[in-house]
Amino acid sequence: MKKTKNTLKRILEDFYLVLIMVFLYAPIATLMVLSFSNSKSRTQWGGFTLRWYGEMFESATIMTALQNTLVIAFASALIATVIGTAAAIAINSMKPLSRSIIMGITNIPMLNADIVTGISLMLAFIAFGISLGFKTILIAHITFNIPYVILSVMPKLKQTSKSVYEAAMDLGASPLYAFFRVVFPDILPGVLSGFLLAFTMSLDDFIITHFTKGAGINTLSTLIYSEVRRGIKPSMYALSTIIFAAVLTLLIITNFAPQKKFEK
Amino acid sequence: MSKKLLSGPYLIWMAGFTVIPLILILYYGLTDRSGAFTMANVVSIATAEHAKALWLSMGLSLVSTVICLVLAYPLAMILRKRNVGKGSFVVFIFILPMWMNFLLRTLAWQTLLERNGVINGILTALRLPTQSLINTPGAIILGMVYNFLPFMVLPIYNVLCKIDDNTIYAAQDLGADFWQTLFRIWFPLSLPGVISGITMVFVPALTTFVISNLLGGSKILLIGNVIEQEFTRGSNWHLGSGLSLVLMVFILASMALIAKYDKNGEGTAF
Repeated sequence: MKKTKNTLKRILEDFYLVLIMVFLYAPIATLMVLSFSNSKSRTQWGGFTLRWYGEMFESATIMTALQNTLVIAFASALIATVIGTAAAIAINSMKPLSRSIIMGITNIPMLNADIVTGISLMLAFIAFGISLGFKTILIAHITFNIPYVILSVMPKLKQTSKSVYEAAMDLGASPLYAFFRVVFPDILPGVLSGFLLAFTMSLDDFIITHFTKGAGINTLSTLIYSEVRRGIKPSMYALSTIIFAAVLTLLIITNFAPQKKFEK
Repeated sequence: MSKKLLSGPYLIWMAGFTVIPLILILYYGLTDRSGAFTMANVVSIATAEHAKALWLSMGLSLVSTVICLVLAYPLAMILRKRNVGKGSFVVFIFILPMWMNFLLRTLAWQTLLERNGVINGILTALRLPTQSLINTPGAIILGMVYNFLPFMVLPIYNVLCKIDDNTIYAAQDLGADFWQTLFRIWFPLSLPGVISGITMVFVPALTTFVISNLLGGSKILLIGNVIEQEFTRGSNWHLGSGLSLVLMVFILASMALIAKYDKNGEGTAF
């Protein structure tokens, strides 16, 4: 009796998991199917084609937007990782009071609404006299990326022991040498996952880019948004399918590679 | 200590691009075009048009938050149970959709919900009457739940994973039934994650203008749409900033809630 009840419970749980999976993946499957459909209509299947994949590479607008998106994502993630890792090391050595104040400020961009962050940055750029464009998108993305890096690096830093670093110094290592040879390898998984998190957040951002981009420059998100009224070109679905496959690969690497090595 | 100097670039960056910008919103929100102090921008939230948008936003985001919580809590509990020995694979499956461009994912719901869309197609095939699904408040709620559900699942899941199984066994040994264990043990212990999840769903849902734009047609105006239009079309930045200040009240309230219930940062999503 108890056994049947448990089996029933398990089946119900599995059913629930599948239901949520369908909910989460239905739109993604839809986009993928549409990217192969030989019809501009979003609701009609027009036969299989690879035409949109070809058109995607020929479209200068899409390729420029893709390039902007990738350059901004990479540069902002890299700069945020450097600034954020340095900040995390400093914060870790601070007294509890100043630490909690700084962590409070760090939480602002994460808890703040994107629309408020976007508007406030736009007002600041105009007040500082920086013309809106590539630069301002980059600065905005670095700003919202730094907290992700700090929050990824901090837990790893807390796990490292201070005495190893001090032992290296006692043995004659310079602070910089001791850091890169002793501390850095320990926090590297946190730094890497911070970088990848930042990269992906930048890639997926629309709202903050929308307010800080100015005229004449587009990332993929803003290009898609500007096409909504006219109807999205199916080549956009093709590109998003490719990106999804790329991100999937990226996530498999980040989720499985470090875990095996560093999980104790 | 030279180590503290390392935080220099970060502090300068945060001052320049987080603190000063927020002060600027405060400045714009509390002045008029000539630069004189006024409360008019903030008070204009009470005008019929703005108040209606705010109430609608609050209603829709509240419903979405509740639906997310109701969907996410059992989900996180099942995930916790299944995760033993399986690494982070299960969670990974649930995070993955977040990484496809969120505009396109939301647009895909148009295809699914439209009059001739996939869902109505299935209904027709089953000889059921078609429903008008797109451009309704329901479609917006669906879009919100769809986009923000992972932000509810992850913090709850992270907190649930930290609960010791023995605590649950102890409750059961002492004779607690399922519901007693749920409400007296699971729920109080997972409160930091729940609060964090609620704010991470409620704030973006309250302030969105994209989801309402894509799934609500142009007829349904949320407070986010009103603010966005003040900046991109109406170009009354002072009014837009004033309305943003009203939204900031909700954001500050969430920060205070998090500070109260999640002191150790247990309920973070990542």
